Amino acid sequence: MSTEQLKTEAERPVAFTVNGQAWRGWVEVRRTLADVLREEVGLLGTHVGCEHGVCGACTVLVNGQAVRSCLMLAVQADGCEILTVEGLSESTERLHPLQESFWDHHALQCGFCTPGVLLSAYALLQENPQPTLEDIHEWLSGNVCRCTGYQNIVEAISDAASRLSAEKGGR
Amino acid sequence: MKPAPFQYVVPESLEEVMDILGQHGAEAKVLAGGQSLMPLLNMRLARPAVLVDINRLPGLDQIAVEDTAVEIPCLVRQRAAERSPIVAEELPLLREALRHVAHPQIRNRGTICGSIAHADPAAELALVLVALEGEVVAVGRGGERRIPANAFFRGIFTTALEADEVIRSVRIPRRRFSGQAFREFSPRAGDFALVAVAVALDVDPQGRVQTARVAVAAGSDVPARLTEVEARLQGAQAGAEAVKAAAAQAREAVQAGSDAHASEAYRRHLTEVLTEEALLAAMATTGGNVA
Ligand SMILES: Cc1cc2nc3c(=O)[nH]c(=O)nc-3n(C[C@H](O)[C@H](O)[C@H](O)COP(=O)(O)OP(=O)(O)OC[C@H]3O[C@@H](n4cnc5c(N)ncnc54)[C@H](O)[C@@H]3O)c2cc1C
Ligand code: FES
Ligand code: FES
Repeated sequence: MSTEQLKTEAERPVAFTVNGQAWRGWVEVRRTLADVLREEVGLLGTHVGCEHGVCGACTVLVNGQAVRSCLMLAVQADGCEILTVEGLSESTERLHPLQESFWDHHALQCGFCTPGVLLSAYALLQENPQPTLEDIHEWLSGNVCRCTGYQNIVEAISDAASRLSAEKGGR
Repeated sequence: MKPAPFQYVVPESLEEVMDILGQHGAEAKVLAGGQSLMPLLNMRLARPAVLVDINRLPGLDQIAVEDTAVEIPCLVRQRAAERSPIVAEELPLLREALRHVAHPQIRNRGTICGSIAHADPAAELALVLVALEGEVVAVGRGGERRIPANAFFRGIFTTALEADEVIRSVRIPRRRFSGQAFREFSPRAGDFALVAVAVALDVDPQGRVQTARVAVAAGSDVPARLTEVEARLQGAQAGAEAVKAAAAQAREAVQAGSDAHASEAYRRHLTEVLTEEALLAAMATTGGNVA
């Protein structure tokens, strides 16, 4: 198929890396990254709440940056590296320190918002390992939680930041 | 919901963009950061026949400092601008405003030019462009033209851009003010502002205001400068008294809208309060004595 033709097809070949694993397939151009992650890649951890960027449940990392996967077409992720909640912990034996901290602080109830919150928190700690409360509030403003009242989430993130820097310091 | 079917094109040059837009006119939509357009597609409030994804255009993602202006091309993400040393140095008002735009996760993809093109009446970036007398560089089959901010915004989601034109960049004059400040009120962090105020001013060594810019977005169709308020401030002794008078005048002068989010009266009140805060903050950053 010529590139000219390809440019106008309803479906396009897409290749990206999810949680370190290569994925490729044909994708309808109008499908969002969130839907393709869930329905084609089979990773159901990325949740879809509002589909207009407000709730943050679909937050994933694309090339290291936290973005709304409902506001990105899957074809736009061609060639990108994606991290979803399934890729946070390095093994099935141990949760990521952020996840452990969420557990310890009761930072989730129904869990619907949790994947998005975790990835926002992960992105925050990547770029700012010792965030102030204000920094945490700013990042969390992009994630709606209907259950917890946020307080425990904020505490979990602060605590995870301390744990992670202690781990780093200890190494 | 899910987007209706569309034809998806990924042009590799601005010329290609213009050709496609020229061919399809209003049936085609440019996709930049997608942070306003994707929600509209998902909700099927917009159903363009052709989606023109400009994200892979080369060479349009770096902010440049020229002799007289800072140029922000169409693929500069809001978050990149927020962290840019050039913006910190040259355009502190823009930097301050950016933190009020949505959330970091949205700003990671949303572009400066996309927000300008979208022309939401409550958009912080449109307000800053008006306050700083920036201009929009539009390119189309007819060539390139520069449109001053105050002529660019025509109404709610309506601009001077022709159907075959794309915004290549926005340009903001390099004009250092001795003080500037941005203030807004929104019900929750990251929501669109009910009222936003941007001010920039110069104060002379005697503490008199030499120039003042006061721009307000208060639920009317377009963000606007309050020229009467600016004129009154000019020559006044910088300080609480002049600020109070200016804020009271802003309350009367502002074009305030009324909608489900806030009444006109409440927006006038917010305009007064925020203008006062912003002017005081701007004067404080000049280092002068604010009595
Ligand atoms: C939850 C949420 C909260 C938000 N809160 C705010 C807020 O508080 N304040 C605020 O100002 N905005 C807010 N936004 C909108 C956000 O700032 C968008 O990023 C911005 O309005 C559009 O930029 P974009 O690059 O994403 O453009 P897109 O969504 O890609 O495009 C928007 C429109 O502009 C056109 N367009 C884009 N680029 C160009 C170009 N170069 N030339 C010609 N036309 C172009 C498109 O065709 C489309 O019509 C919010 C969005 C969300 C989802
Ligand atoms: S589903 Fe993407 S932000 Fe709500
Ligand atoms: S835990 Fe239920 S929405 Fe956050």
